[in-house]
Amino acid sequence: MTRDEAFFEFLCRMGDNTLVLGHRVSEWCGHAPVLEEDIALANTALDLIGQTQLWLGLAGEVEGEGRDADRLAFHRDAWDFRNLLLVEMPNGDFGRTLMRQFLFDAWHTILLGRLIGSSDRRVAEIAEKASKEAAYHLERSADTVVALGDGTEESHARMQAALDYLWPYVGEMFEADAVDQAMAEEGIAPDPTGLRADYDALIGRVLAEATLTIPDSRFAHKGGRDGRMHSEHLGHLLTQMQWLQRAYPDARW
Amino acid sequence: MSQTQDHPSVQQIWDWLGQVPDPEIPVISLTDLGIIRDVGWQDDTLVVTVTPTYSGCPATSIINLDIETALRGHGIEKIELKRQLSPAWTTDWLSEAGRAKLEEYGIAPPQPAGGPERCPHCGSTHVEKVSQFGSTPCKATWRCRDCLEPFDYFKCI
Repeated sequence: MTRDEAFFEFLCRMGDNTLVLGHRVSEWCGHAPVLEEDIALANTALDLIGQTQLWLGLAGEVEGEGRDADRLAFHRDAWDFRNLLLVEMPNGDFGRTLMRQFLFDAWHTILLGRLIGSSDRRVAEIAEKASKEAAYHLERSADTVVALGDGTEESHARMQAALDYLWPYVGEMFEADAVDQAMAEEGIAPDPTGLRADYDALIGRVLAEATLTIPDSRFAHKGGRDGRMHSEHLGHLLTQMQWLQRAYPDARW
Repeated sequence: MSQTQDHPSVQQIWDWLGQVPDPEIPVISLTDLGIIRDVGWQDDTLVVTVTPTYSGCPATSIINLDIETALRGHGIEKIELKRQLSPAWTTDWLSEAGRAKLEEYGIAPPQPAGGPERCPHCGSTHVEKVSQFGSTPCKATWRCRDCLEPFDYFKCI
């Protein structure tokens, strides 16, 4: 694997995370429990899709084969996606959607914070922009997790169930492979395993305040970020997201 | 860089851009918003450097179109729009005039404290947050506990 091949993989991981999560969150549009939450979810999705354009745009530039962000988003199939399994999980109820957002936002803010110091100027610039948005997302998802976790008996039970369901998908964020090793050696991105201590501290604080119990297991489902094996949910998501380009390839607005 | 007699001055360009309204909050101009970062001539091409407010803001492409249309209307033919991500846009770049116009329009201007100073309708300081998000990516939703009116707050980032 050359340096640019590893760099391309890394950028696809960044862009596919925000793309797939952005699509998932946008599925709430018009369905959220109250209008304000509907707007909040749509705005969060919009930020994530905006960041996707930047990451996948740079991925296409690094690859140098003429693929732009749209082409990468709409003309690849499930096996070429490099997102974490966590973000392709179905929304479930509102509580599970917000728990997934919180678990992602916490990791995202820590990672973006490190990427601001990337040796690649383009990566550093995108991270600088995205980290402001991610910090805002984290503020809201953490507040909501606390409000619902430390809320009524019903909301508490739902948030605990959401955490129990999503917890096995957290470990994949801290997996490292040859791509990560190459990025760390170049100073482009940090070794993911080194983010775990900060992450555990951050979510530990918030989940304790939310009166929720972190499951006592480090078992992790893997296979999303390296594309080895996505869950069955990604293919269904892509049939919706890519419908137009599949039916009318290269159609333009 | 070169400057010939035929070119409108950079100051003139800034003035023209100061008359282009933000497409989503038309009471303020693009220069009030602080997203025009640089204006300069490169030979006979006018280079305008623009930074996005939010990375997914759908107004970004309209803003670029509006800039081009306005400058063409003033007779400038060769225009290059450059996107600049860093330093990332901050609400500190809103002009004082822009902040005043926002408040007059009913949108509370951003405050470092993270919430509006007062209700833009009645001036009361008894305000509460309804949602961290609002009708556009740059706004949050608040309400006044005295006059009971809801209002937009321009998020501080």
